[in-house]
Amino acid sequence: MLSLIVFLPLAAAVVLGAARALPDAVSRWTWLGVTVAELALVAVLVAGYDTPPDGGLAWEERLRWIPSVGSSYHVGVDGLSLPLVALTAVVFCACAVHALKDARRPRAQAALFLFLQSTCLGLFVAQDLILFFVFFDLSIVGMYFVIAGWGHGGAARSALKFFLYTFLGSLALLVGFIGLYLAADPHTFDIPELVAAAPLADDAVAGAWVLGAILLGLAVKTPTVPFHTWLPPAHTDAPAIGSAVLAGILLKMGTYGFVRIAMPALPDAWQAWAWVVLTVGVVSVLYGALVALAQTDVKRMIAYTSVNHMGYVLVAVGAAGVVADGAQEARELAVTGAVTQMVSHGLITSALFLLAGVLHDRVGSYAMADFGGLAAPAPRYAGLFAVGAFASLGLPAFSGFVAEFQIFAGSIGATWFAVLAVPGILLTAALFLRAYQRLFTGPTAGRAEGFPDLRTHELLPVGGLLLLSLLIGVVPWPLLDLIAPAAETVVGLVSR
Amino acid sequence: MTALLWALVVLPAVVGALLCGAGRRADRVAPAVAVGTAGLVLAAAIAVAVSRPAVSVPFLPGADLGLAVDALTAVVLPAVAAVTLLVLVFSAGEITGARGRFFGLMLLFEAAVALTTVATTLPALLFAWEVMGATSYALIAFSWRDPDRVGAGTTAFLTTRAADLGLYVAAGAALAGGAGLGLDRLADAGGPWLDVVAAGVLVAALGKAAQLPFSFWLSRAMEGPSPVSALLHSAAMVAMGGYLLLRTAPLLAASGWADDAAAWVGALTAVALGAVAVAQRDLKQLLAASTAAQLGYVVLAAGVAAVSGGAAHLVAHASTKALLFLAAGAWLSALGTKQLPALRGAARRWPVVGVPAAVGALSLAGVVPLSLWASKDEVLAVAREHSLPLYVVGLAGAALSAAYAGKVLWILWRRPPAAAESGYDTERPGTRQVGGLQQAPLGVLAAGAAVLGLLVWPPVGTAIRTALGETGLPRPSVLEMVLSAVLAVGVVLAVGRLPLPEPRWAAGWLGLGTATQVVAVRPVLRLAEALARFDDRVLDRSVTAAAVAVRGAAGGFARFDDRVLDRAVEATGTGGVRAARGAAVADTTGFDGAAEGVAAALRRLGDLLRRTQTGQLHQYYVQAAVVLAAALALLLLTR
Repeated sequence: MLSLIVFLPLAAAVVLGAARALPDAVSRWTWLGVTVAELALVAVLVAGYDTPPDGGLAWEERLRWIPSVGSSYHVGVDGLSLPLVALTAVVFCACAVHALKDARRPRAQAALFLFLQSTCLGLFVAQDLILFFVFFDLSIVGMYFVIAGWGHGGAARSALKFFLYTFLGSLALLVGFIGLYLAADPHTFDIPELVAAAPLADDAVAGAWVLGAILLGLAVKTPTVPFHTWLPPAHTDAPAIGSAVLAGILLKMGTYGFVRIAMPALPDAWQAWAWVVLTVGVVSVLYGALVALAQTDVKRMIAYTSVNHMGYVLVAVGAAGVVADGAQEARELAVTGAVTQMVSHGLITSALFLLAGVLHDRVGSYAMADFGGLAAPAPRYAGLFAVGAFASLGLPAFSGFVAEFQIFAGSIGATWFAVLAVPGILLTAALFLRAYQRLFTGPTAGRAEGFPDLRTHELLPVGGLLLLSLLIGVVPWPLLDLIAPAAETVVGLVSR
Repeated sequence: MTALLWALVVLPAVVGALLCGAGRRADRVAPAVAVGTAGLVLAAAIAVAVSRPAVSVPFLPGADLGLAVDALTAVVLPAVAAVTLLVLVFSAGEITGARGRFFGLMLLFEAAVALTTVATTLPALLFAWEVMGATSYALIAFSWRDPDRVGAGTTAFLTTRAADLGLYVAAGAALAGGAGLGLDRLADAGGPWLDVVAAGVLVAALGKAAQLPFSFWLSRAMEGPSPVSALLHSAAMVAMGGYLLLRTAPLLAASGWADDAAAWVGALTAVALGAVAVAQRDLKQLLAASTAAQLGYVVLAAGVAAVSGGAAHLVAHASTKALLFLAAGAWLSALGTKQLPALRGAARRWPVVGVPAAVGALSLAGVVPLSLWASKDEVLAVAREHSLPLYVVGLAGAALSAAYAGKVLWILWRRPPAAAESGYDTERPGTRQVGGLQQAPLGVLAAGAAVLGLLVWPPVGTAIRTALGETGLPRPSVLEMVLSAVLAVGVVLAVGRLPLPEPRWAAGWLGLGTATQVVAVRPVLRLAEALARFDDRVLDRSVTAAAVAVRGAAGGFARFDDRVLDRAVEATGTGGVRAARGAAVADTTGFDGAAEGVAAALRRLGDLLRRTQTGQLHQYYVQAAVVLAAALALLLLTR
C-alpha cells in the first residue's frame, strides 16, 4: 500500500516524460488525476490507521535492498509521518489544480511535480537512513529543475544557490548517518533498529559530533538562522506552485528529521545539546519575524515568515529535550504542537504562496509599493489573502493557533527560556497587517488598477487549503489523536 | 441544554461566516438575518442563564474546550446578547454599504464574546479572546479605503495582542506549575509559576480593557463605525477585559499582589482617563476615555474581590455607554459631526435622541438613582474596606465622571446657536434624519441605563450575591451613598457654570500613543530594518563570499593544475623526449659507433693476420720462433 502511494506518481511521471506527443490538456488532467488518486489512497491510509502498540509502525514493508551495508527498503508510517504524508498529497493536489491553466511546458511540469511528489512521500515513509537520504537528495534535484525551469527573474542563479546550499547540507546529513551506522552494533542503517539501540549513548563526544552533523544538515533544509539565506531568493524566483511545495513540504523534511531521527536515535546527545536547538529556535523565531517585518517584497516576506514558523518547531523540539521532573506532559504537548505546526504551516504557507503568485502572474511584480487598494478590483483575492494572513499569524479557529498554543504552553511548561519566543506571534501579526494594509487597503493605485480577481483554478486550491486549516483549527482532535501518541513515544525515547 | 450552550456560539459564528463569505450578494438580507440570529442568541442566553448547563469537549491533549454558565455568566451574558441585538437593529438603519461583511463580522464577534463569557478553560478563553481582537480589527477598518482607519484597526489589534501574549505565557506557566488549564484551577499553580500566571492574565485583561498603560488604542478605535464603538468598545469586547479579571479574582487574590495591582490600576485609570475624558472635544473620544475610566471600576472590583458589584457595574455601563455611542452615531450620520462645540443644542433639535442620551449621561455622571450610581457605590464600599486611599481615588474618579458627563449634558441641551448649521457636515455629509430603526434601541438602552441599578438592590442583588457567595461583603452605607450622590449632582451643576480645563496632556490621551511609538514601535521597526540589512549584506553575502572563495580556491587549483602539475607533466615529457634524443644520439654515436669501431678494428686485425699468411716456410719458422720466445718470456715472468 505504501509502496503504491510512493511510486504511483513516479510511474505516472515516467509515462508522461516518455510520451512526447501527448497533448497539453491530457498532461494536465493526468497530473490532476494522479494527485486525486493519491489523495484517495492516503484517505484510505488515514481511515485504516490505528495507532500501533508500543510506538511501532503501521503498513510496514521491508525488502532486501543493499544487505552488504545493512540497508533495506523499509517503509512504514506512524503518528509523526502520516500527517505529513497526508499533507503532501493535499498540497500537490492543490498545485495540480492551480497549474491547470499554466501554459509553460505542462507535460514536463506535470512529470517533474509527480517525480517530486514521489520523493516527498518516499522520504516521509522511509524507515531506513539510506532510503531517507536518497529521497532527501532527489527532492533537491527535483526542486532545482522546478525553479530553474519554471522560475522567473534570477531563477537560474537562485536555483543553483538552492541546490548547492541544500546539497551541501545533505552531505553533512550523510556524514551523520554514516556516524550512526558505524556506531551501531551490528552496523545498520535501519531507523527503528537504530532508535532501539540508541548507539553512542555512552560516548558523549562522538554523539555530539554525529548529532552536530545531522543537525547541520537538517538546519539547512528547515531552514534555521543562520542557514536560511538560500530560502528568500529561491522563493522569490520560483513559480507559485514551486514555492508552495518548497515551503509546504520540502521544509518539513528538515523538521521531520528532528523528530524521526535526531531525537529518538541520539537521546543523550539531544538532551545535552537541547539548549542549542532551543536557542537557535528562539533566534529563528525572532530574527525571521523581524527581518520579514522589514521586507518590501511580498514573497520574500512570506519566505521569512517560514523561518519564523519553523523556529517554533525548533523551540518545541528543543524544549522537549530539556528533561526535568514532572514536565513530561508539557514536553509531549510541545512535540505534538511541533508536528501540528508542520502540518499547519504546510497548509497555510502553501496557500499564501499560491496567492502571492497571483500578483506575479498578473502584473509581474511582488513589490508592495506597486500595489494599493487591491480590495476594490479584487475582493475575493483580498478576502482570501486576509484569511490566509490571519491564519498564518496564529488566529484561533485556524490550525496555526492550535499548533502555536501547544508549542508555547508545552515549551514554557518545560523550560522558562521558551518565553523568549512568545513575542514572535506579535511580530508576525504586525508584519501581516502592515503588508495587508499596503497591498489591499487605501485608494486603488499603481498596478492594482484593473487587477483581475481570482479565477476558479486559483480560488479552489487556496480555498481548499485554508478550509482544511480552519477544520483543524476548530476540530483539532482527530489530527491530534493521531499525533499525540507518537509524540508521547518520541518524548519517552528522548528521555532515556 | 448543552445544545443551547453550543448554539450560543456556533449559530452566530456560522451565520456570520456565511454572511462574510457571501460578501455583496448578502447585502440585502444581511441586516434581517443578523438581527434574527442575534434574537435567537439572546433567547438562548436567557435560557442558559436559567438552566446553567456545562459542557466539555476534547480540544487539545489534556486541555479540553470547556463551556459553562455560572452565576457571573448568567448576569453578563444576557446583557451582552441584548446590547448586541439592539446595536444590530440600530446598524440596520445606519450601515448602508457592504452590509454582508459588516453584519457577518458583528455576528462573528458576538460568537467570540459569547464564548468568552462561557469559557472555563484557557484554550477556550484564548480562542475567543483573539477572535474578538481580529473582528475588532476588521470592524474598525471597515471603511478600508481610508488608510487612517485601517491603521487604527492595526493599532488596536497589535496593542491588544501584545497584552494577549500574557495569556500564552500564563498557559505555559499553569502547565509548569501543575495547575492545568482550567480557569478555576489557575490559582493552584505552585511556586513562582503562580505569579507568572497571575501576571499574564492581568496584563491580557488590562490590555483588552484599555486600562493604563494600554488605553491609547481605544482612542484610535473610535475611527470605526459608531455601532462598532457601541458594541465592541464599550459594552462587549473592552468589558471582557474586566470580565476576565472578575472571573479570575481568586487567582489574583492567591498571588498576593496581583489583586492590589489590579485594584490600583483600575482606580488610577478611573482618574487618569476620567481627566482625559474631561479634556476631549470630540464626543466619541470623550466616550472612549470614559469607557476606559468606567471599566477601571470593574477592574478595581476584581482587585478587591467585589465580583457582584463589578458585574453589576459592567452590565450597567454596557447599557449606558452603548446608548451614548449610538446617540453619538445617530448625530454623526444626521449632522455630519461628532465635535462637541458643533453639537451644541443638538438634543433640543432631536429630542428622540436627546432624551435617551440625557438619561445615559446622567447615569454616567452617577446621578441618583440611575444605574451607575448604584453599581459604583457597591464597588467603592468594598474598596473602602480594603484601603481608604483606594476609596478616595475611586471617589475622585467618580467626580471626574460627573464632570465629563455633565460637560456632554450641558452642551447638548443648551440653546443651539443661530449658525448651528455651519458646524455640521465637517466629517461627512449629514442626512438630517434619524430613522426609526436608530431610535428604537435608544429607548430600550435608556431604560436599562436607568433601572439596571436593581442588580445591586434586593431582591435581585441579594440573589446574585448569594449565587456568587458574596453575602458577607460590605455594602455601601447610607452616608457613602449620599456622599456620592451629592458629589455627582454637585459636579454636574458646577460644570454648567464653570468652564472645564482642557489641558493638552489630557486632551492628547496622556501621550500614551506617542510614547508607545517612541518606546516600542519605532525601535522595533528600526531593529527589523537593521536585521534585514544584516541578513542581506552580512549573512547572505558571507554565504556568497564563501561560495566565491570556494570558486576562487577552485580557480587557484585549476591554475595550479595548468601551470604547475600540467607543466611538470609536460616538462617531464619534453625531458623524456630530450633524454630519448640524447639516448638516440648516444646510441648512434656511442654504442653503435663503438660496435662499428670494434668491427673495423677486428677487420683491420683480420687484414693484418691475413698478411701473415705468406705461404713461405721460412717466414712461418720465424713467426713460430717469436711466439715460442714470447711464451717462454711470459712463463719466466709470471713464475
